[in-house]
Amino acid sequence: MDVQGAYNAANHFLLKYLGISLFKALIVVVIALLHVAYITYVERKVIGRMQQRLGPNRVGPRGLLQPIADVLKLITKEDIIPSSVDSRWVFIIAPFISLVAGATSLAVLPIWEHFVVTNVNASLLVVLAMSSLSSFGVILAGWASNSRYSFLGGLRAGAQVVSYEIAMALSLVGVMMLAGSMNLVEIVKAQIASPFKIYAIPQIIGFFVFMIAAIAETNRTPFDLPEAETELVAGYFVEYSGIRFALFYLAEYFGMVVMSMLAVVCFLGGWYGPFDIPGIPMFWFLLKLYFLIFFYIWVRATLPRYRYDQLMGLGWKVLIPLSLLNIVITGFIKILV
Amino acid sequence: MPQALEIIKKQIGEDEWDEPYYVNMGPQHPATHGVLRLFLELDGEYITHCDPIIGYLHRGIEKLGETFTYSQNIVLTDRLDYIASAANNVGYCLAVEKLMGLEVPRRAQILRVIVCEMARIASHLLWLATHALDIGAMTVFLYCFRDREWLLNIYEEICGARLTHTYPCIGGVRLDFTPHIIEELYKFTEEFPNRIPEYETLIDVNRIWLKRTKGVGVISGEKAVNLGLTGPSLRGSGVRYDLRKTVPYLIYDELDFEMAVEYEGDVYARYRVRMKEMRESNKIIRQCLDKLAECEGEPVIAENAPGLFMPFDKPKRPQAAPHPKKVYLIKGVEVPVVPEGDVYVATEVPKGELGFYLVSDGAGHPWRMRIRAPSFVHISAIPDLCKGQMVADIIAVIGSIDIVLGECDR
Repeated sequence: MDVQGAYNAANHFLLKYLGISLFKALIVVVIALLHVAYITYVERKVIGRMQQRLGPNRVGPRGLLQPIADVLKLITKEDIIPSSVDSRWVFIIAPFISLVAGATSLAVLPIWEHFVVTNVNASLLVVLAMSSLSSFGVILAGWASNSRYSFLGGLRAGAQVVSYEIAMALSLVGVMMLAGSMNLVEIVKAQIASPFKIYAIPQIIGFFVFMIAAIAETNRTPFDLPEAETELVAGYFVEYSGIRFALFYLAEYFGMVVMSMLAVVCFLGGWYGPFDIPGIPMFWFLLKLYFLIFFYIWVRATLPRYRYDQLMGLGWKVLIPLSLLNIVITGFIKILV
Repeated sequence: MPQALEIIKKQIGEDEWDEPYYVNMGPQHPATHGVLRLFLELDGEYITHCDPIIGYLHRGIEKLGETFTYSQNIVLTDRLDYIASAANNVGYCLAVEKLMGLEVPRRAQILRVIVCEMARIASHLLWLATHALDIGAMTVFLYCFRDREWLLNIYEEICGARLTHTYPCIGGVRLDFTPHIIEELYKFTEEFPNRIPEYETLIDVNRIWLKRTKGVGVISGEKAVNLGLTGPSLRGSGVRYDLRKTVPYLIYDELDFEMAVEYEGDVYARYRVRMKEMRESNKIIRQCLDKLAECEGEPVIAENAPGLFMPFDKPKRPQAAPHPKKVYLIKGVEVPVVPEGDVYVATEVPKGELGFYLVSDGAGHPWRMRIRAPSFVHISAIPDLCKGQMVADIIAVIGSIDIVLGECDR
């Protein structure tokens, strides 16, 4: 029985007894959580290598159990809510907003043609909407903490996300124009026609803008201004501790995974590769995803941090005009070809 | 000092919505290099007013110095600029020797220059590491620490300590170098010039780094002199003033090295000065190692040097009698009487000009020890440097003037 057949049989069974979407969602969340946990480990290991040190190596063989130990530590820590918080409930729900908004995007991102939790028509818009929503958590946390540093961090996050959101959305317009669809599955399928089965070549400007905007969107170096530890100590989550702090951390990595997945789907041809790997249909997808995540880590080890005004300048004066130019060029290509 | 009362006064007098945003940066803050507290008045992200508040690391070293003998005071100088303690030791010893009129053997002078320049490299490496980390470049931090570690290992072999060396003593140095140390230092001087481009590739050709440092925290040469800046912070503004060249001490006048000067006066210029200084220091160590071979086997401590620095016998405390003319530091060994008088000796330490002003009343301990610490003077320049800059720039500025609070608060 081939994969498709097995999948169909399982599909039938689950549809009958469980409801396939719930099952799929569960699988995706579990896999994503494991990924997120181990991305923290990989990040520490890879940066460790890049910086001529070892990284975690105490817990388990080669430190492989380190993420689990970290999670256990953070769960068992005292959960402190400072007495001077501005709004207790906002303080409590802010990390959840970030995390839920980050994780929700996973529902519409196709890992494989037949593996997408809910295949909605405008799934690209859902991802964009969710990624902007996740910044609300950051802003609310910065405001509710009622601390000087958190407030500055929240302000920075607000400004940063607004300006880079535009650049990111505009950079994806080219993809939408070429594919003629906003459904992510359709976008991947449309890429078969382009060279190397990826949109990164006709949309090279769009891809460039998207990658920079995605790093800014997830608040990673060199755009980690909201949590700049040497300026704002930790920025918006300076007052958070224990599991709430972990949720912010998780949200950041979820954001990283979602952005990388979106890049794979929109620019790198999703699950299509130079040749098919029998049995593992999402092999190419995961390979591309891991490469992009490695790219994030690599950038973090290399670059210094931008200053606030320079960050805004880059967003508004370079990235947005570039992505607009990209739309014009794509339009011409579309007319000519 | 704008304390809470003053803030309240300001807030009462002004409309609620126009009140400036106050931030207390420090004393516990990852980027204030110790326990510096900066009281910032912000307008958005821009700094309208900045007040450095010091004293969180005050240990009363100057006062303590009056209760210890001249030899014992060396360990106090370790705790000034603890990143480059050998340089402080040498500065203090030079002051005491000038007071006593001691002649230091040539070999000891060469050894002192070597440890001083090692301290300069170690200090600048730590500066580069933290400065880069402050601006966000994380990897440079660990690269620098890798090489600093090498130097600290050599220090450990020289004198047994990694941070607080107490290597020089009054009249010379404590121990001679072993052949292995010299070999290791040769290896270091051979390898280190290749390491500097490694840091530079990571940051110097990086557009973000240049954007963050060029044109930030600019200070003109004239203003730098007026503010009393010394060392690399002054030379970054184009003032040719390096005590090793202008008032040579030890054997610096025999050595061939250049004074590192840059003219822009911004954070980047100060960065360039320090990078160049590391190269020059490396050259100096190399020359000194060659000179060491010429005076192989010569004594490293003057014959008439006062009591041993760490005596086996229990030392007798010098009497604090009105005019003790003879002081016994070690049982049975008569030490030279410290003549009455006062002396000021300044040396070029990694941070700038470190001066020791000693007043002697003839006892075995200084009547007054005053330390002119570069960091203390440099902190007073922070408000001028970061007025109108952004919050992120203040980090770059603090990093670029290279302060150590142990020296500032004393």
